[in-house]
Amino acid sequence: MKKIIVMVKQVPDTANVTGESMKEDGTVNRAALPAIFNPEDLNALEMALEIKNLTGAEVTVITMGPPKAVDILKHSLYMGADKVYLISDRKFAGSDTLATSYVLSEAIKFLGKYDLYLAGRQAIDGDTAQVGPQVAEKLDLNIISYVQNLIEIRDERIVVEKDSDVQTEVISGRIPLLMTVTSDANDPRYPNSLNMLKHFRSELQTDIPDENKSRYEKNGWVIPVLTIDDLGIDPDKCGLGGSPTKVHKIKSIVLKGGDFTLFENNAGGVMGLVKEIVKDYSGEN
Amino acid sequence: MGNYFNENRKFLLKFINIDEVISELENGFNENGPESLNNVEEAWKWYGMVLDNVGKIASDFIWPRAESVDKNGARFNDGDVEWADGTKENMNILAEAGLMGGTLEKKYGGLNLPLVINNLIIEMISQADASLMNLFGLQDIAVTIQKFGTEEQKDRILPKFATGEVSGAMSLTEPDSGSDLQTVKLRGIEKDGKWYLNGVKHFITNGSADVHLVLARTEEGQNDGRGLSMMLYEKDENLIVRRIEEKLGIHGSPTCELQYNMAECELVGKRRFGLIKYMMSLLNGARLATSAQALGIAQAAFEEAVKYSNERIQFGKKIVNFPAVYQMLNRMEVEIETSRLLLYKAALAVDEYEMFEKRAARGEIARPELKKAATLSNFLTPLGKFVCTELSNSIAYDSLQIHGGVGYIKDFPIERLYRDARITNIYEGTTQLQVVAAIGAVTSGFFFNLMRDTLDVNISSLKGEKEQILRFVIEMEDITSRVKEIDSKEFLDFVANYLIEMASVIYRLALYLPVAEKFPEKRELFKFFLTDSKGKSAYFVSRITALIENYGSEIGVLKDTFLKN
Repeated sequence: MKKIIVMVKQVPDTANVTGESMKEDGTVNRAALPAIFNPEDLNALEMALEIKNLTGAEVTVITMGPPKAVDILKHSLYMGADKVYLISDRKFAGSDTLATSYVLSEAIKFLGKYDLYLAGRQAIDGDTAQVGPQVAEKLDLNIISYVQNLIEIRDERIVVEKDSDVQTEVISGRIPLLMTVTSDANDPRYPNSLNMLKHFRSELQTDIPDENKSRYEKNGWVIPVLTIDDLGIDPDKCGLGGSPTKVHKIKSIVLKGGDFTLFENNAGGVMGLVKEIVKDYSGEN
Repeated sequence: MGNYFNENRKFLLKFINIDEVISELENGFNENGPESLNNVEEAWKWYGMVLDNVGKIASDFIWPRAESVDKNGARFNDGDVEWADGTKENMNILAEAGLMGGTLEKKYGGLNLPLVINNLIIEMISQADASLMNLFGLQDIAVTIQKFGTEEQKDRILPKFATGEVSGAMSLTEPDSGSDLQTVKLRGIEKDGKWYLNGVKHFITNGSADVHLVLARTEEGQNDGRGLSMMLYEKDENLIVRRIEEKLGIHGSPTCELQYNMAECELVGKRRFGLIKYMMSLLNGARLATSAQALGIAQAAFEEAVKYSNERIQFGKKIVNFPAVYQMLNRMEVEIETSRLLLYKAALAVDEYEMFEKRAARGEIARPELKKAATLSNFLTPLGKFVCTELSNSIAYDSLQIHGGVGYIKDFPIERLYRDARITNIYEGTTQLQVVAAIGAVTSGFFFNLMRDTLDVNISSLKGEKEQILRFVIEMEDITSRVKEIDSKEFLDFVANYLIEMASVIYRLALYLPVAEKFPEKRELFKFFLTDSKGKSAYFVSRITALIENYGSEIGVLKDTFLKN
């Protein structure tokens, strides 16, 4: 195992939703929701760093997002990532999972070949769990999704536990391989003090004034930014234009107490459930 | 998601000036590399990140494990010591976060932090689990090697400390040598150009550690402190851990009885300087750390008291509404806040002494300046330990009282905090020994000059209060000279703790005065402390006066009732 790449995402902190989280028009009020490191991406990065400890592999982290996403790249460096890249371009805005996986897979192709490709199972904003598998498809990689435990790494093989909801599968895969990781896999480490010292001054290459460029480069404080032009990819496949998913309508739903009913797992319960559904559909009260 | 690096801890940091210390530590900001700090602002930014990280680890990772660490404790199996599972996890997470070499130099993988910052880290970790500090704080072993070891010893050992690969033990106490370390008997024997340890130590925290600093008698026939040297021992088969003690508190920290059987070791520094120089330096570091540990426990006990008094309803209301309860809470807040500032100041004094030491070595400053810095740190370190460890006990006591009956059973954290606090004013020098170490600065007049220097600040809103503190100084100066007139060491020793308590109160008042001056919201707290101090000062003055009038140099008769033949 020599090279690992981890795909991460900055997301609004949907776990701490308050009354101000949605605007009147039903869109997300980003100001009221702090941007955080997508939790399961932290598990993916932790797994990469555990493998780094075992094998000495180099860990690269990439994210597609606005310049503000530099925060999670710096956090990755503090945890122990070796290299980070921001994939950023105005034309990426509004990408759905198809467009995102296109950009990410092209960025990975641009950066080179890796032995292991990791991502969190899903992001807490969209909750699709699609981007990881789509990147695997586009890069023609085998994939193990829902990895909940790393069992061992032996030469070219990696053995993991996959969470299949009703059962746990133990799967052995040969690298190169893409895996998506769940929150059960590990406890992400805290930032390391020396890594913070090395990188607290790191900045996006686009934010560094010219007179500081050489010093930043010498000290390894430059975080590279890759744009559409750098990657030489098709703008029509990126952003809103490259996204077949269209949001039809957004409704702001506020759940009230008593909005759910629990049905017992027996014949009577099933009958109750059927009646409830019929009632719902027919609009009876 | 909590964070112990809260506003209050940040706020008080503004009132000590460590910028000069930082500059010295960073070699005048003259280095250029990815890990070099280029100015004070950068240093503070990074320290803030480190402290913030520790605050989160302490609150979210360590605190939830404290109960099980206390319950399971360190275990002794077949001659081997095993940490509790929670302790192991805690030490791993701290090592992973790169915190095991807080004040070690960067070339050894350390963080090169000022003591003020490192001590704050210790305080937060202790708030989460006091017993963890005993293991985490043993970084002091490495710091002592850094100060006095050879280049070869440093290169070999220190990087392993910084990564957390090894831990340390400070091997001083013997069954008959506790406070009186001059009588240590364990032998350091030189044979064919090699050194060996032979003998027994007890009450050794983490005695199964990989690296020990051992106080040993290397000079046969020399039976006092000058016959002792400091030895570096790395664990091998010639060390036997005989047992671990069952203690009242700090269960996560194994306290061992050790037997060294002609165990090969190395000399650190010069022969005969073991106790008088090296171990005193080590002990001073340990005393600061213990003060931080005690303050951390006090903070936890205070927070538990606030929480419980808001949950518990009696007579139809939250018990926090009862004057008898909020009176206790009020005292806790004032004591913690003012003592924290004192502890920052004590750590700063040690930082400054080390800065002056380096400057003196370069010939940049004169001897008297260095000596003054030494006197200040040698006064504030025991004063800080005196204050913080005693208040830790009294705050844990009051917090348990607020909990009532449930505080006495194991359902709430307070009973653990109460037990853990109890050791802090005993080990690393009892409160009584801290008084002995601090009293010289009072009788020599150093303390009164320090008070006048400290009060030499521009105060406009709290002029009357400043005058009041100056009156305390005069009162204390007056009673001190009356004590000196008796010219009896026995009498001075008898009243020394009263004088040190007075000193601790008025010095904290003087330190806090500029805080209250600058921040009106802190004035109530300050005035409460000032009013309280008035009573205290009057009490001690009248108590000492009565003792002078009734006994004077005859004070020794008071022991006759208790002395058995």
